[in-house]
Amino acid sequence: MLAFILKRLFYAIPTILILIVFSFLLMHSAPGGPFSSDRPLPPEVLANIEAKYHLNDPLIKQIWTYVTGVVTQFDFGPSFQYKDRTVNEIIGQGFPVTLTYGTISFLVAVFFGCALGITAALNQNSWLDYLAVGISIGAQVLPNFVMAPILVLVFTLWLGWLPGGGWNGGQWQYLIMPVIALSTSFMASIARIMRSSLLEVMHSNYIRTARAKGLTKREILFNHALKPALLPVISYLGPTFVIMITGSVVVDLYFTTGGIGQAFVNSALNRDYSVMMGITILIGCLTILFNLIVDVLYAWIDPKIKL
Amino acid sequence: MTNVSMTNSTDTQGDVANTKGRSLWQDARRRFLQNRAAVVSLIVLMGVCLIALFGPLLAAWDNETVDWNVLGDIATLGAPSLSNGHYFGTDELGRDLYSRVVQGTQVSLMVGIVGSTIAVILGTLYGATAGYVGGKTDNIMMRIVDILMSIPYMFVLILLLVVFGRSMWLLFVGVGMISWLEMSRIVRGQTLTLKSKEYVDAALSIGVKHHVIVLRHIIPNLLGVIVIYATLLVPQMILTESFISFLGLGVQEPNTSWGALISEGASTLQYGTYWQLLFPLAFFVITLFCFFFIGDGLRDALDPKDR
Repeated sequence: MLAFILKRLFYAIPTILILIVFSFLLMHSAPGGPFSSDRPLPPEVLANIEAKYHLNDPLIKQIWTYVTGVVTQFDFGPSFQYKDRTVNEIIGQGFPVTLTYGTISFLVAVFFGCALGITAALNQNSWLDYLAVGISIGAQVLPNFVMAPILVLVFTLWLGWLPGGGWNGGQWQYLIMPVIALSTSFMASIARIMRSSLLEVMHSNYIRTARAKGLTKREILFNHALKPALLPVISYLGPTFVIMITGSVVVDLYFTTGGIGQAFVNSALNRDYSVMMGITILIGCLTILFNLIVDVLYAWIDPKIKL
Repeated sequence: MTNVSMTNSTDTQGDVANTKGRSLWQDARRRFLQNRAAVVSLIVLMGVCLIALFGPLLAAWDNETVDWNVLGDIATLGAPSLSNGHYFGTDELGRDLYSRVVQGTQVSLMVGIVGSTIAVILGTLYGATAGYVGGKTDNIMMRIVDILMSIPYMFVLILLLVVFGRSMWLLFVGVGMISWLEMSRIVRGQTLTLKSKEYVDAALSIGVKHHVIVLRHIIPNLLGVIVIYATLLVPQMILTESFISFLGLGVQEPNTSWGALISEGASTLQYGTYWQLLFPLAFFVITLFCFFFIGDGLRDALDPKDR
C-alpha cells in the first residue's frame, strides 16, 4: 500500500512541475507587462518595480525563483493588482469558503445520488425508476449556471425565503442555494452510475443464490450487492473534485459567496496573472491528491486490485 | 456507403444469394431507427441546425441594431411580439433577441463541432498510435496522458484566453484540446484488441506499411466507438463554451453564444424580462437533450456488446 502511494506521488511531482512551468511561461508571454498601464510610469520607477518583482532576471532564473518559492514555502508571490496583498492572502481568504460549501455539496451529492440510484435500481421499470431517471437526465442538461438563476428566481424573488447571495459566515440560509446549484448535476451522474451498476449486480448469479437462500431484500442489498455496485461510483469520484471546483466558479460568481472561484474570475478579468497561476496550481495539486485518495479507497474496497 | 454497394451486389446476384448479408452499419441503422427518442431527437436537432443556417433570412432586425422605440421600457415594449418583428422580444439594450439567439446558436454549434472534431482527430491518432506500437512507447505515451489528465483544464483554458486575448478560434481550439485525452484512452484500448486480429497479421505478411495499416485497417474499425464518443462530446463542448461565456470570458460582443445569452438573461431576470432567459435556455436545453439521446441511440445501435 505504501509503495503504491509513493509511486503515485512520484508521478505527481512531474505533473505539478509541468503545470507550474507551463503557467509561468504563459504568463510570461502575455502581451504587455503587469505594470504597463494607460498612464506610463517613469522608466526609473518601472525599472525599480520590475527589479522588485524579479522581472529583469533571465527567464530561467525567474522560473527557478518561482518554482522554489512555491515548492519550498508555498509562496505564490505578490498579487500584480493589489499592491498590499499576496496571492496567499487572497487564496487563504477564499479557500475556506469554497471548501465549506464544496464539502457539504459533495456529501449531499454522494448521499442523494446513491439513494436515488438504489431506489431506481430496486424498483426497475416502475414509476419511481422513471422519476429517478428523469431527474438525472434533467439535471444533466441543466448545468449549474442555469440552475443558479432559476433557484434565485424561485426562492428569492418569488417566494422570498432565502437571501439571493452573500456568505455571512456560512449561515445555513446562505448555504442552501449554493449547495443545491453545485451538487445537482453531480448527484445526477452518481445516480445514473449507481443505478446501472446495481442493476448489473442484482442480475448476477450470487444474488440469485442469496435470494434462493431466503434472504430479505434488505440483507441482500446491504450485505451482498451494495459493495461491488459502489465501485464504479467510487471511480467516478476522482473527476468529481474538478467538477466541483469548476462548478464553484459559477456558484461564487452568482451567489457572491466570496470563494476561490470568485477570486479566480476577478483576477482573470483584471489580468492579475499571479493570482490566476496560484489558484490553478493549487487546484492542480488538490486534484492530484484527490485522485490519489480515490485510488486508495478503490483498492481498499476491491480485493481484486493488487497494489 | 457500404450499405448501397452491398444491396446492389446482392440484387444483381439474384437467387444465388438468398440470404442477404447485413453489414454492421446496416444493422446499426435499423436499430437506431427503432429507437424513437433518438429519431425524434435527430429531427429536432436538424431543425435547430436549419434555424442556425437559415434563421437570419427570417429576421426583421439584425443582431446589432438597437430598436430605439422599445429601449425606454424593455419590460413591456420589448416583449416577444410578431407585429414589431421581435419574435423573441429584445434584450436589455433593445437588440432583437431572435437574431441574437440565431447568432448564438451558430457559435455554440460551431464550438461543439469544431471542438469535438479536434478532440476526435487528436485523440484517435494518438490513441491508435500508442495502442498499435505498444510496448515502451505505449507506456510512455499513456503515462503522459495520465499526467496531463490531472491538470485542471478549465482553469488553464481561462488562463490562455486571458493571456492571449479572447478570440473565437482560441476558444474553439482550447475547448477541443481539453477532451482529446479521454478519447485517446478509449481508442487505445480498442486498438489493442484490434491489433491481434488476423487481418492485421495478413496485411503485415504481404508487406503493408504500418502507417497504412493504422489508417486503413485500424481506424475504420474504430469508427463505431469514435462516432458514439463524438456525439457525446459535442454537448460537453457546448457546455464548456457556455460555461466560459457565462463567466464573461468567452465570445465577445457583438458576437454571442448560448452561454452569454443565458448569462445576460439570468442577470435581468428580476426586471420581469423572463423571455431573455427563456429562449436561449430552451435552445440550449433542447439541443443538449437531442445530443444525449442521439448518443445513447448510437451506442445501443453500434455497441457490439449488446449483440
